[in-house]
Amino acid sequence: MAYRANILISSEAPGADAVQAAFLSKVQDLQLEDEVQVLATTALMGAATQGIEALVYPEGTRYVNLTPADAATIVEEHLYKGRPVQRLAYVEPKVTPLPPPNTKEVRVVLGNVGKINPFDIEDYIAEDGYMALAKVLTEMTPDQVVEEMKKSGLRGRGGAGFPAYMKWTLARNSPNKPKFLICNGDEGDPGAFMNRSVLEGDPHSVIEGMAIAAYVVGAEQGYFYVRAEYPIAIRTLRVAIEQAREYGFLGQNIFGSGFNFDLEIRMGAGAFVCGEETALMRSIEGKRGMPSTRPPFPAASGLCGKPSNINNVETYANTAKILLKGGEWFSSVGTEKSKGTKTFAIAGKVKRTGLIEVPLGLTLREVVYDVGGGILNDKKFKAVQTGGPMGGCIPEQFLDMPVDYESLASVGSIMGSGGFVIMDEDTCMVDIARFFMDFVQDESCGKCVPCRVGTRRMLEILNDICEGRGQPGDIERLEELGKSIMRGSLCGLGQGAPNPVLSTIKYFRHEYEAHIYEKKCPAKVCRALIEYKVNPETCIGCTRCARNCPVNAISGKPKEAHYIDPSICIRCGICSQVCPVNAISVE
Amino acid sequence: MKNLEELRNIKERALQRRKLAGEGARARIVVAMGTTGIAAGARDTMTAILAELEKRGIGDVIVTQTGGGGLSTYEPVVQIQIGDSELVTYGNLDATRVPALIESHIINGQPVTDWLVK
Repeated sequence: MAYRANILISSEAPGADAVQAAFLSKVQDLQLEDEVQVLATTALMGAATQGIEALVYPEGTRYVNLTPADAATIVEEHLYKGRPVQRLAYVEPKVTPLPPPNTKEVRVVLGNVGKINPFDIEDYIAEDGYMALAKVLTEMTPDQVVEEMKKSGLRGRGGAGFPAYMKWTLARNSPNKPKFLICNGDEGDPGAFMNRSVLEGDPHSVIEGMAIAAYVVGAEQGYFYVRAEYPIAIRTLRVAIEQAREYGFLGQNIFGSGFNFDLEIRMGAGAFVCGEETALMRSIEGKRGMPSTRPPFPAASGLCGKPSNINNVETYANTAKILLKGGEWFSSVGTEKSKGTKTFAIAGKVKRTGLIEVPLGLTLREVVYDVGGGILNDKKFKAVQTGGPMGGCIPEQFLDMPVDYESLASVGSIMGSGGFVIMDEDTCMVDIARFFMDFVQDESCGKCVPCRVGTRRMLEILNDICEGRGQPGDIERLEELGKSIMRGSLCGLGQGAPNPVLSTIKYFRHEYEAHIYEKKCPAKVCRALIEYKVNPETCIGCTRCARNCPVNAISGKPKEAHYIDPSICIRCGICSQVCPVNAISVE
Repeated sequence: MKNLEELRNIKERALQRRKLAGEGARARIVVAMGTTGIAAGARDTMTAILAELEKRGIGDVIVTQTGGGGLSTYEPVVQIQIGDSELVTYGNLDATRVPALIESHIINGQPVTDWLVK
């Protein structure tokens, strides 16, 4: 028999039985038992439960915080008279207005991103797109372009910070031919997505910058190296290149100047090391992506042994704007040695994660608190890790340090491509170091023994420390290994791989010591070093923890204090999540 | 592309196209469709917007897309422009919010202030 209505009651909450009984008896009183079905279910609304709840179908009305008396009212009013009881119904909490975004941002590279339609070249032209290319090709000599770039002070945005004009001049003066131009879009740092946003949101700015650089260098063929993990960026870029060809910004005799330039996309297959320029060029050639010794630098012998200029997406995206507005305009913001703005991907424990662009020289504090909105849940700031997996962790005492190439290097970190991972007091620095070491040892291409074997050894030591097997001397071993890996590796991956470990040892040595000597994890993260305990004073014996424990480590009678057996417990933390009275603590 | 003159003409044309009146449109809705937006449900939002406009028989609203402007916490992000006024930006605009948004902002001209980012 089909029922006219269903009542679903959350049977998990204490006292639900009485409410269910009240529903049933009122239904019987009003002789609705053939029309209305009363059902008990577990955990109706998941985590958001509010007391004893009931759902009345077919309307789907949600009643919350019910007492047995409320149950009778609902049956009488809603099911008998057909009037839902507004007083007991759940009201969606009013949405608090979103806080206004950051004000200290200056958008140059991201100026058009999120504003124009990336699939419409004319939308880019409306924002003065390709005007710089027109100006360069019709009015300027390559030397004048170099001069302007020199004035701007633009440094490579891929990480090393080599001045862009110098790189271009080297490739320009290289006698060999043909020359190639490459854009490095192999953005692999965990949590970093600045380049992806530019490619997806404003692909023509990069194409225009590349065409200008190609004019300076004397290249007619360019390659876009984008990782295959960015399918939307690649699709956007394909359309953009097609449209640029159609409008004559790529191809033969651009702006009647006799300058020819065309572009091809090459997809990376996911190897992190292919972000390194020499490995990247091997990958374009179709070979295995492994770095090679420099010199010869790419400017002399790069792709296929020919002179090549390679820059990051963001470097090219800055180029057109610099040439349109002038080098002085660009250098008007920034610090003495680090000019202009830089995009950063802010991730981790901040309120506003996402993409920002700020003038170089803003302090870390301004980036974290003003632009990032502060630490999530107003916890305490612990450290910020800049520059991806080869960067270092910068502690609180340097919060007022300006963000620029030199300052970051002075505290053992790097600018890198611009990742910003923010950590709060609940982050274990040893665990973080282990995470990054796991990443780099996985991504080491294997060419240099110190990097291939050394990172593996470091990871093993870190695993031991995190799992409670740390021994005296481990910290010193990590330092020694780290230093020799840095000295004995060819490329930035190996040279930077120990950075997270060395910087955390430098600034958070006490955390390592606590793990090794006291077998304690101060941030209560490392599972082998923590213990979940029930506070017998607070425990109400609701049995919820015992029922939810996946390994049956919790024993105790209903209405009596429970006990967690540490030898069975796997430290999953579910018990403390389901405990209604916060009786479970971590030690 | 032959010369600067030609480029300037295209720019003029593109700027003209941006003026809604010239296109016979009363409003423009822009959905941020970068990877971050799509991961947060921007495709559903876009579909819901098109469906809602169709359902209400509104034909003079231009719906277009853009990249992710960096407001990742607020994705899906939707911008609305009425006439030639400034664009306003909405955050966390999932598909369920679309009908109320279109009714309030497009039909009644009242921005939903609680959902605004700026």
